[in-house]
Amino acid sequence: MFKKLAIGAAFALALTPAASFAAGGGEQHIEDFDFSFEGPFGTWDQNQLQRGLQVYTEVCAACHGLQYVPLRDLEALGYSEEEVIAYAAGNFEVFDPELDDFRPAIPTDHFPANTGVGAPDLSLMAKARAGFHGPYGLGINQLFKGMGGAEYIASLLDGYTGEEKEEAGTILYENKAFPGGWISMAPPLAEDQVEFTDGHPATVEAMSEDIAAFLMWTAEPKMMERKYSGFVGVIFLSVLSVLLYLVNKRLWAGVKGKRQH
Amino acid sequence: MFARYPPGAGIGENLVSHAEDHEGTRRDFLYYVAGGAGVVATGAAVWPLINQMNPSADVQALSSIRVDVSGVEPGTQLTVKWLGKPVFIRHRTGAEITEAQEQDAEGVAALPDPLARNLNLAADAPATDANRVMPSPEGEAPGAWLVQMGVCTHLGCVPLGDAGDFGGWFCPCHGSHYDLAGRIRKGPAPENLPVPPAEWVDNSTIKLG
Amino acid sequence: MSGIPHDHYEPKTNGEKWLNSRLPIVGLIYDTIMIPTPKNLNWWWIWGIVLAFCLALQIITGIVLVMHYTPHVDLAFASVEHIMRNVNGGYFIRYLHMNGASLFFVAVYIHMFRGLYYGSYKAPREITWIIGMLIYLMMMGTAFMGYVLPWGQMSFWGATVITGLFGAIPFVGDAIQTWLLGGPAVDNATLNRFFSLHYLLPFVIAALVIVHIWAFHTTGNNNPTGVEVRRTSKADAEKDTLPFWPYFVIKDLFALAVILVVFWAVVGFMPNYLGHPDNYIEANPLVTPAHIVPEWYFLPFYAILRAFTGEVWVVQFASFITGGIIDAKFFGVIAMFGAILAMALAPWLDTSTVRSGKYRPMFKWWFYLLIIDFFALMWLGAMPAEEPYATFSLIASAYWFAYFFVILPILGVIEKPLPQPETIEEDFNAHYGKADAEATPAE
Repeated sequence: MFKKLAIGAAFALALTPAASFAAGGGEQHIEDFDFSFEGPFGTWDQNQLQRGLQVYTEVCAACHGLQYVPLRDLEALGYSEEEVIAYAAGNFEVFDPELDDFRPAIPTDHFPANTGVGAPDLSLMAKARAGFHGPYGLGINQLFKGMGGAEYIASLLDGYTGEEKEEAGTILYENKAFPGGWISMAPPLAEDQVEFTDGHPATVEAMSEDIAAFLMWTAEPKMMERKYSGFVGVIFLSVLSVLLYLVNKRLWAGVKGKRQH
Repeated sequence: MFARYPPGAGIGENLVSHAEDHEGTRRDFLYYVAGGAGVVATGAAVWPLINQMNPSADVQALSSIRVDVSGVEPGTQLTVKWLGKPVFIRHRTGAEITEAQEQDAEGVAALPDPLARNLNLAADAPATDANRVMPSPEGEAPGAWLVQMGVCTHLGCVPLGDAGDFGGWFCPCHGSHYDLAGRIRKGPAPENLPVPPAEWVDNSTIKLG
Repeated sequence: MSGIPHDHYEPKTNGEKWLNSRLPIVGLIYDTIMIPTPKNLNWWWIWGIVLAFCLALQIITGIVLVMHYTPHVDLAFASVEHIMRNVNGGYFIRYLHMNGASLFFVAVYIHMFRGLYYGSYKAPREITWIIGMLIYLMMMGTAFMGYVLPWGQMSFWGATVITGLFGAIPFVGDAIQTWLLGGPAVDNATLNRFFSLHYLLPFVIAALVIVHIWAFHTTGNNNPTGVEVRRTSKADAEKDTLPFWPYFVIKDLFALAVILVVFWAVVGFMPNYLGHPDNYIEANPLVTPAHIVPEWYFLPFYAILRAFTGEVWVVQFASFITGGIIDAKFFGVIAMFGAILAMALAPWLDTSTVRSGKYRPMFKWWFYLLIIDFFALMWLGAMPAEEPYATFSLIASAYWFAYFFVILPILGVIEKPLPQPETIEEDFNAHYGKADAEATPAE
């Protein structure tokens, strides 16, 4: 009885955080996108990350920074050292305290911090927003879908209804994914705003997904390494468990007689 | 120490002491496998704890830097920080090149340190001026560029430029004199100023490391 | 060491004798590791090892993280990102440390409720229990201060809210709060001292763990029957016990390995599951997150803290008789610490002569209800402070106190216990049969 109860209790425990978040939901509508990096075996879609970087560079970077992301990390997106050098120098200027002046960025610099007033830094945005936790009561959703930060970003960028209103001198835009429903950021994406070199269609939805995937990468660049370490650890510990189970059984075999039932 | 209850010979064994030999072997084998797995687990746990103290990615990224030398006029010197130490990038004038090569004529064997100490060359390369300088980019006289660590080989002070008895560098700490090719000529320093790995990326950019 | 009669270490070679007459450390380790342990311990007794592992894991990963962390309000958040992005394997070490805290609390709660069910707190093990409660309190303090270090929004606002509890103390509250924070609000001084204490306390915990083990090695382990090991002779004792090594070490390690499979899966595949997204936003003293939720392991007591509002008659009564010194805020703080104190007092509140819940037909049900109550409180602690959760919280908090201060004392008087086995050996043989030379291993 105690055992059964405890198992039930353990389940309740597993569900607690899920319940705790549900309270803050509001009327947001977060689309569940099917990102390639989800789940224990999901991997980055490198082309998508490159497209996302392009959208970031051409659109988001006008206001939003990525101050925790070193430019050199872009090599993980499949760019060569020369390409990263050219990208850094061609797109960003950073302030060098030694020169006491601005100079073109080099790979060892980070992306610049935000420039737009009130525009949050995007480095960790995909981990700082939890898009969904449902289906309600199934706390293990994260295992298969992640915490929904990328979904939140994509839903938000694709969630403008076209309505706008003015409040205290600020224009607010209606958005299905934003808590409260009205956001001060104007719809940043428009169809065919960016021309992808790989010929991928540049619809608002496609660009939203690409930038969301890219921001997931900036938030958790070591995700693949982490999952790999987790996988190796789980396999190894499982084997160790079996071995220890057998050793334990052998060890006690002489002490325990036959079960009397 | 715990000989009374080794894993293979617990109370259990006394109770099944009549068990056949091969069963005992199988049991021992299981214990060895389990013990081995435990050792592997420990090793796998220890390595990351050691490795985390190795230089991190941001430090490693600085092991190779690019220096724009387009603004370094002949007769001046640019000092940059590389691997936490100063590097002197000297753009020598024609007169300086001639003077340095004149010092060459006196013979390498006469120098306190006859080796070039140039990491771009073999370890036993002689300390001629040609072995000390960088190959010049197109359109410049040979020997125009000298790149060397700005760390005195005596006790690690930073030598002063355009100073000393030999027109090169002078270390104020203990009075070591280096010539126009960064070779030690007088004073307590034992070796020539080391030349770091350096190459031209293009006509105006030097890559260190 | 006194306790259950058993073989002690005897130095044989001259070298061993030389060492033993100067420093009997080998004997101490021998006695500790070969301690006679009741052989009927069930799987609820594995959590001690898990806890020892957690403490070691947290100390080791913590020391490593400190090598890269910077305790300064301008740099702390960025230094954590440095660990996550640049340090070799840093992302995994940090996630281990972060989730290790959760594993620690899972283990400590199961360990505590095991003690509550099997009466492990009862005489002569009161000291073991009290030391355990002290360790638990220190764990809470350490975890709380550790959560402040990444300097995210939840770090900052969690610290603000929790240190605010001390501000509720009458007369000196404000002074104490200011003293704790090193200023009028959570700031760099707070971060630095929390960092210092977060580093210190685990070593205090380690010392207390040694005392904890020392205490129950003196009294002997409790066991599922609650019946004491026979100490009449070494032969009798050996019928009830087995040496800790190898029998229980291997058993515990097996359980630990299974638990670590789950732990590793969480760290590898969903390391932020138990965290809060707001902590990936750098602390901002000017913006409060929409919902401040403590870490899951604080939720039951957080619920008790919030349950006692000014509308509750007990609070109004307390306020009336103290002339307003005890207001609702302070009452909540008293209730929260009182809930933990209630557990600590269990050895003296439980009047039953029977130790194990197995043989207490009425106690069992009240105990199961306490577990449900605990999870209910945990859930309520995460809910917004509004109806109907406020009423539920009050009922659940009331039961928590009723269990310790009313039910435990009364049950001992009115309950008719079931027959208990005479000896541990009898219980063991009833489960597994008598071990004899003819018994063949189950395989």
